[in-house]
Amino acid sequence: MKYSIFSLARAALSGHKNWQRTWRDATPKDRYDVVIIGGGGHGLATAWFLASEYGIRNVAVLEKGWIGSGNAGRNTTIIRSNYGLPGNTGFYELSMKLWERMEQDLNYNTMVSQRGVINLYHSDAQRDAYARRGNTMRINGIDAELLDLAAVKKMIPFLNFDNARFPVQGGLLQRRGGTARHDAVVWGYAHAASALGVDIIQNCEVTGFTRDANGKVTGVETSRGKISAGKVGMAVAGSSSRVAAMAGLRLPIESHVLQAFVSEAIKPLIPGVMTFGAGHFYVSQSDKGGLVFGGDIDGYNSYAQRGNMPVMEDVCEGGMALMPMIGRVRLLRQWGGIMDMSMDGSPIIDKTPVDGLYLNAGWCYGGFKATPGSGFVFAHLLARDQSHEEAVRFRLDRFRTGAMIDEKGQGAQPNLH
Amino acid sequence: MRIVCPFCGERELGEFTYLGDAKPVRPAAGASEDEVFDYVYLRDNVAGETSEYWYHGGGCRTWLKIARNTLTHEISSVEPAAGAGAAKVGA
Repeated sequence: MKYSIFSLARAALSGHKNWQRTWRDATPKDRYDVVIIGGGGHGLATAWFLASEYGIRNVAVLEKGWIGSGNAGRNTTIIRSNYGLPGNTGFYELSMKLWERMEQDLNYNTMVSQRGVINLYHSDAQRDAYARRGNTMRINGIDAELLDLAAVKKMIPFLNFDNARFPVQGGLLQRRGGTARHDAVVWGYAHAASALGVDIIQNCEVTGFTRDANGKVTGVETSRGKISAGKVGMAVAGSSSRVAAMAGLRLPIESHVLQAFVSEAIKPLIPGVMTFGAGHFYVSQSDKGGLVFGGDIDGYNSYAQRGNMPVMEDVCEGGMALMPMIGRVRLLRQWGGIMDMSMDGSPIIDKTPVDGLYLNAGWCYGGFKATPGSGFVFAHLLARDQSHEEAVRFRLDRFRTGAMIDEKGQGAQPNLH
Repeated sequence: MRIVCPFCGERELGEFTYLGDAKPVRPAAGASEDEVFDYVYLRDNVAGETSEYWYHGGGCRTWLKIARNTLTHEISSVEPAAGAGAAKVGA
């Protein structure tokens, strides 16, 4: 089904009763060229790029629940490419460029809205660090503007600028950053991949790998039977350690819980995405009017998809410090997702020591913005057996060789990234 | 999540700081590169019962060894682990 203004008009005139299912809910075949474990944004994007860019269409995406039921449906929908370290800077810009053409590529409205992302700074040292990051971005052809206090006041006048402890001094703005509709990204990739012949198989949990005499992975065992595969790609951030363990691998990853929050809907207030630089608080406003916000991970290992009160308190305090009137708004919902926290805070997209098994993991709490870029470079790796030039630094062995990409400089302490 | 500290009684989570898995043991000074790499970077990342070190910084300032289920957050035992943090980081 091809979407257009005419299909929308036709559906509207028939009372929206005749919309067709946008992707096929497939049953597993015996064999695929590539099997991707994980029907989130990254897995589905990988399948779509395999089919559309690399001509590999005999592909299955296996999802243990329903597509988008993990972190793809639990994030705060922010997209941006304001990273400072080699490896990250270019990769996230590749992803941003793919966001900018996603709706045309997929023929699906993913509601990409480049409403701007501003990181506020509250000290001279932080200003200098942001200036440096902004310059790094601009050298790499990415838009960045360092705003002074007057410019921030003009843009978002309602902040508590004169907070006694953390007065706002300015901000680093990326106008091309913004938000996208997370569920629509999942459905859009499913729609486009399915149309090219990719099988999307739900309620299909991987329970093991089949290996040949040399140890090469030849397929997967699932709750819906054995499926053989030329190559198997893992895109199961949050559960990477558990799936990798089935192939006998231990990863430089811990699973942690990150909470997110949404308030009751209010009239348009926040123009883009804002982050509080003196704590950890980020907020945007959804098209329905709710304030969508979050902060730090809880800090202890968890697979429970729910968090605890101290972080809720901390996040809300960050919001109150930045804009005290948020205290008049009621919290509507709160939830948690499981993050693949890597040892340097950056992702891993690489072959594994197990022949035939490929890894896409370690997204920490920044995976959503990477969705198209991650799919693109992972598809490249699966199709060509070598890393895409923008992903060569996301190696699994960088922890052994010392070539870490530690944006925050926290070291091997995943709960601090 | 509330933790029953053996010295202070039941306290809220905000009083405690998490260090991590109690299983890895810091290798001796003459250990191989592989052993050090494994200790610093690789994790079992257990889904289920695990034992881990927590620090009661908001109370008695004691290191604790806590058995906890990472799938449910259920805590089954809390015992003192004096010096655990220092031993873990090699202080």
